[in-house]
Amino acid sequence: MSLNINLEVKKDVLCIRLSGELDHHSADELRSQAVQAIEKNGIRHIILNLEQLSFMDSSGLGVILGRYKQIKQLHGEMVVCAISPPIQRLFDLSGLFKIITLEPTEEYALQRLGDA
Amino acid sequence: MLCKDWGMPNMKNEMKIQFSALSQNESFARVTVAAFIAQLDPTMDELTEIKTVVSEAVTNSIIHGYESDPMGVVYISVSLEDHLIELTIKDEGKGIPDVEEARQPLFTTKPELERSGMGFTIMENFMDDIVVNSHPGKGTEIRLRKHLSTSKMLCN
Repeated sequence: MSLNINLEVKKDVLCIRLSGELDHHSADELRSQAVQAIEKNGIRHIILNLEQLSFMDSSGLGVILGRYKQIKQLHGEMVVCAISPPIQRLFDLSGLFKIITLEPTEEYALQRLGDA
Repeated sequence: MLCKDWGMPNMKNEMKIQFSALSQNESFARVTVAAFIAQLDPTMDELTEIKTVVSEAVTNSIIHGYESDPMGVVYISVSLEDHLIELTIKDEGKGIPDVEEARQPLFTTKPELERSGMGFTIMENFMDDIVVNSHPGKGTEIRLRKHLSTSKMLCN
């Protein structure tokens, strides 16, 4: 099973919806697609929807942290939504939840960015 | 007897695989190990933990051991005995000069590749114990053990 990447631009927000498995192999593809979309569309914020993501390992943490750093330089925010308990455990272990906001759904994530 | 284990009690069951150090084999490795372990009837959480750990160790061998040279070979062996899983993941790559340092959370030698440095921390947290044997120039062997919960396996 591989990774399916769905990107949607809403003004200065990039919605990244992932389904399948995010590991070292698929992280490279996600990185290049996301970096390109951020640079091309004048993106400031990222919403990362993990509802359909069935597997993730530390390579996923690396690429998420990389995009967080990228939009921090643009004074943007990253919101992760619909995270599953196993993937939340990885966020907890790495301390990523301390710097990245979690919301239950994409709607809440958009609201959060609207208030930002 | 409501016991569903029809085999010999305490019989050891072993499996070995080896494959090229290619990133597309990371998924193959974790799915194969998970399929072998499924006969012990693990919980979904336990299966996810094992898959994640296999992914971490194999990725380390590919990226760090072999520095993405596909000529490298990754070796995995799994043994099952009662509810104990023993997992060994080995490479003949460049080895780890300082294992203690490598095991620190967030430590990575390849920040330019956006490595999180969480691989060993995840292995330690998801398994019961871990032994890392590494020799510079010869390779790295990681031995991991995990006892599966037995609550739903009780036979009366």
